[in-house]
Amino acid sequence: MGVEGIGARVVRKEDKRFITGKGRYVDDIKLQGMTHAHFIRSPHAHAKVKKIDSSAALKMPGVVAVLTGQEIVDDKVGNLICGWAITSKDGSPMKMGAWPAMAPETVRFVGQAVAVVIADSKNLARDAAEAVVVDYEELPAVADIHAAIKAGAPQLHPEAPGNQVYDWVIGDEGATDAAFAKAANVVKLDVTNNRLAPNAMEPRAAIADYDAAEEHFTLYTTSQNPHVARLVLSAFYNIAPEHKLRVIAPDVGGGFGSKIFIYPEEMVALWASKKVGRPVKWTGDRTEAFLTDAHGRDHVTHAEMAFDANNKITGLKVKTYANFGAYMSLFSSSVPTYLYATLLSGQYNIPAIHAEVVGVYTNTTPVDAYRGAGRPEASYLIERLMETAARQLKVDPAQLRRTNFITQFPHQTPVIMAYDTGDFNASLDAAMKAIDYAGFAARKAKAKADGKLRGIGVSCYIEACGIAPSKAVGSLGAGVGLWESAEVRVNPVGTIEILTGSHSHGQGHETTFCQLVADRLGVPISQVSIVHGDTDKVQFGMGTYGSRSAAVGLTAILKAMEKMESKAKKIAAHALEASEGDIVIENGEFKVAGTDKAIAFPMVALAAYTAHNLPDGMEPGLKESAFYDPSNFTFPAGAYICELEVDPGTGKTSFVNFVAADDFGRLINPMIVEGQVHGGLAQGIGQALLEHAIYDANGQPVTASFMDYSMPRADDLPSFNLSHTTTLCPGNPLGIKGCGEAGAIGASAAVINAITDAIGKNNLEMPATPDRVWRTIHAA
Amino acid sequence: MSTVKLTVNGKAVAVDVEDRTLLVQLLRDHLNLTGTHVGCDTSQCGACVVHVDGRAVKSCTMLAGQADGASVTTIEGIAKGDELHPMQAAFRDNHGLQCGYCTPGMIMSAIDIVHRHGGQLDETTVRHELEGNICRCTGYHNIVKAVLDAAGRMKVSQAAE
Amino acid sequence: MYQTTYHRPSSIDEAVSLFGKSSEAKFLAGGQTLLPVMKQRLAGPSDVIDLGKIKELQGVELSGDVLTIKAGTTYFDIMQNADVNKAIPAIAYLTSVLGDPAVRYRGTIGGSIANNDPAADYPAALLALGATVKTNKRSISAEDFFQGLFTTALEDGEIITAVSFPVPAKAGYEKMRHPASRFALTAVFVAQTKSGEIRVAATGASQSGVMRVGAIEAALKANWSPSALDNVSIPASGLLADIHGTAEYRANLIKVMAQRAVAAAG
Repeated sequence: MGVEGIGARVVRKEDKRFITGKGRYVDDIKLQGMTHAHFIRSPHAHAKVKKIDSSAALKMPGVVAVLTGQEIVDDKVGNLICGWAITSKDGSPMKMGAWPAMAPETVRFVGQAVAVVIADSKNLARDAAEAVVVDYEELPAVADIHAAIKAGAPQLHPEAPGNQVYDWVIGDEGATDAAFAKAANVVKLDVTNNRLAPNAMEPRAAIADYDAAEEHFTLYTTSQNPHVARLVLSAFYNIAPEHKLRVIAPDVGGGFGSKIFIYPEEMVALWASKKVGRPVKWTGDRTEAFLTDAHGRDHVTHAEMAFDANNKITGLKVKTYANFGAYMSLFSSSVPTYLYATLLSGQYNIPAIHAEVVGVYTNTTPVDAYRGAGRPEASYLIERLMETAARQLKVDPAQLRRTNFITQFPHQTPVIMAYDTGDFNASLDAAMKAIDYAGFAARKAKAKADGKLRGIGVSCYIEACGIAPSKAVGSLGAGVGLWESAEVRVNPVGTIEILTGSHSHGQGHETTFCQLVADRLGVPISQVSIVHGDTDKVQFGMGTYGSRSAAVGLTAILKAMEKMESKAKKIAAHALEASEGDIVIENGEFKVAGTDKAIAFPMVALAAYTAHNLPDGMEPGLKESAFYDPSNFTFPAGAYICELEVDPGTGKTSFVNFVAADDFGRLINPMIVEGQVHGGLAQGIGQALLEHAIYDANGQPVTASFMDYSMPRADDLPSFNLSHTTTLCPGNPLGIKGCGEAGAIGASAAVINAITDAIGKNNLEMPATPDRVWRTIHAA
Repeated sequence: MSTVKLTVNGKAVAVDVEDRTLLVQLLRDHLNLTGTHVGCDTSQCGACVVHVDGRAVKSCTMLAGQADGASVTTIEGIAKGDELHPMQAAFRDNHGLQCGYCTPGMIMSAIDIVHRHGGQLDETTVRHELEGNICRCTGYHNIVKAVLDAAGRMKVSQAAE
Repeated sequence: MYQTTYHRPSSIDEAVSLFGKSSEAKFLAGGQTLLPVMKQRLAGPSDVIDLGKIKELQGVELSGDVLTIKAGTTYFDIMQNADVNKAIPAIAYLTSVLGDPAVRYRGTIGGSIANNDPAADYPAALLALGATVKTNKRSISAEDFFQGLFTTALEDGEIITAVSFPVPAKAGYEKMRHPASRFALTAVFVAQTKSGEIRVAATGASQSGVMRVGAIEAALKANWSPSALDNVSIPASGLLADIHGTAEYRANLIKVMAQRAVAAAG
């Protein structure tokens, strides 16, 4: 592998700028003549906008303009779209309520923008915003799923009667009913998957700069996928044709899904920069992040699992209500359907599954993909069900899982997914060994003697990643293809630039992608640079989400590398007067196999550009590109086990040990993979113990700052004990499955299974706050 | 408007600012020291931590005027030329950062933790001491490792001086 | 933040005089509460009068059985102070679990008690220890000083100069932290004075701010031990209830934190 090749723990190339304060995030950028935007946001969850009086604000110092929702509609900026069409069981398309970038008539969640002040400074814009008088007529609001679907509930959109977006089904209902009719045991469970705020540490920001002479826009934005942003802004929002719009996502301070979407603030900044003839900057604050970044999760589910007399699962029935908030965000519709229900088979042989998912509008912030997106909800449900079943059937939870594991691959589940490979026993073995599962009973007894309640919880997750084959997702309603592109540019001196459509906002691509090049060419990674995040530099790309950058993005780079190497070998063979088939690449040299004849890679590159002595008919230069479309999803899987103690006096949970055994296929940089798992685990544990985005009955957010929303801190979390078992993914040449979301998908069930084990009660909702745990312990 | 005179990373500066200007705004907007970040509005996330007269404080919760006459050190001021501060090196070597946004505040807090505790640091202490710095990427695992690693390095480098 | 005018007087008299000349001034101590509130535009004082450079407000003195902490002393300096650690270690401990390290470098005891947040730590210590709040005008007993949520006996323009604590025979503090804000979800300070009086105060619990807990005081008077509280029942009525803790939970925490504080006090 070499010291910098595939599999090496290479320290990150990008770190130097971050540890020295030289990172360049959107808010760090200043343009000549730049103005600042401050949005005027609705304090009401549901209201008519009767009148906006900006006359006083316009007279204030430094104020350039006050622009309203009616103006952006009049200028024909398009409404926000949802890019994945879902069809209800009755054949009707999903019901979309119109979502203008600023509300001209009706606001439907607290924080929705109705107008924007553009001023010479951020402070002046905010000063003036307070002088803009908005006359609202309050309407009844509804925030909760159950309340929203009741007859007589306040209605959000005329297009969606009953606040229903869709009623979608998957699986074979008849076969599932038949399985339940014959079941020896049926296990039932109601679970809520709590709403989360993504809270990337860098708040969203945008700078838009319109060049009137060229009729050209530049947008600096906090995006995980600048090319998708440009596509959507051009094709659907009428900002500018693609060749007149450059989107740059520089250093981005975390995303976790929340920076996939194209938000109203970016649209308004672009539109406003043309209107005022100056660059417009907007930087959100944390409260705006809570109010406007797409939230995650928020499901209410009833599920039943059927078992035969041998404890084999025979069927699964699921009914889920998914809260979408007030509008359908960009990929929201796919999250509780194709990213959730298709994973309901978990790691288990389940012959029959039927799931129904009802999407619901409420007067809350829109909900969309957040780390894991649908798969944490599926995994949590299945793993809570397995634990509940083990308790009800009085068998060891680990053994019940083994009884039902899929062991033959490929395996076609009843819910679309075809698992390509895996070894679920191996990861469970590794986790059980790491935590000394066999010794738990003795540890529990000892803890009891010390007045502590100790519990252990298992979670065996599977996810579908690398999303995804374009043809497959197209057939399921996706509005885009989900391939990735790459370009390899070899400079005349032999240094290499890799252009990728993946975007790095913490994942370390500037290092891992170089490791592939180092591995293939034997050149040091210092000779390679990764170019990403700028639509003027990289031709196109689909961006980073769904744990796809290595499995799909890196494979695209591999494909381009192969093309480049093929040409370079021809050049080398020509120079060395050898046959192309005899050329091997070793330690930065092109060698004639079995001889000492060699030419260094930089000399090959130089030959390509001088073109003095190329094979007949060969074009000069050394630059190749590739588009890679995966043939299947990838299926990372693993086993997490959590051991913890509950203080019966306070209900507070303390970790004793947390082990994670993951199968991600091939690892490019184990150090970076471990970091991804750590972060994912923290978010999964955060969901289980701390985090909950809460609204009151009138749609007022209760948790709109870090004073109320509990973010995991260092002292809330343990150190983690990680290991890997490996089955190589057969779907891509590198054998990679992806690692970005696993921790967030598998962790929460392990924690809740452990707490419910500790306290001896099965029903406990997330987040398991001390209060909630204490009340559950003492409930009759 | 007032003129605030202070020393930033060893250099004396005088800046005319509105009285409502926060120290972090003075650093970022007036001195272009954009390594110090803002991640919340409620003085909790710690992305803005800098050293004022040797103490790690939240520059978003201090008026620029309060720093008049003070010596301020930011993330840009801790390396000696090309030689990284041991805490910076430990964060890199232990993969103690991902997106990098919380990192400057994390490093500035961590240096202060080591200064206060010297060699008496353990994992529990580090986790308690990091209470005022929020990271969303790393799960803190490698940050804790980095701080413990740097504590050893800083002891060695102090002994060498 | 709204526009404001910043002043940095070097004496209490100068601070008082500046206050008198302003329309709607606020004194700024460590700023760890006032500045966030101003940033969110929930307060917009015309003038901010910074007490941070007034030397007479700094320092700690131990004289016989009285520990005096000057109002402008930061949490960090209190926590590190040898006299505090010797005379009333429970105060040093309380300070070590207050806020976070950066907050502890800036926040001051005077600022904390002047704000009287119903979940702040210091009010519990003052009330349980029977402390006296000294101002530029008078001395006020802790009982009279704290007057409900964010309300104190301070008059306009009055400046806290110090807090005097009688050194107790025993004292302990135990805190269940609010998971987000890190204030007290509920915390209890227990003290046994040198004359044998038992005083117990809870913060973060009551709808009316810091409070004495009579039932616990009575039980501890009879028997100073954690088990003495086993059968004490704290009513939930009048206690705070929010997303992080029901009133019943806080009632339980008052008892459990008191038991652990007694254990810590020894």
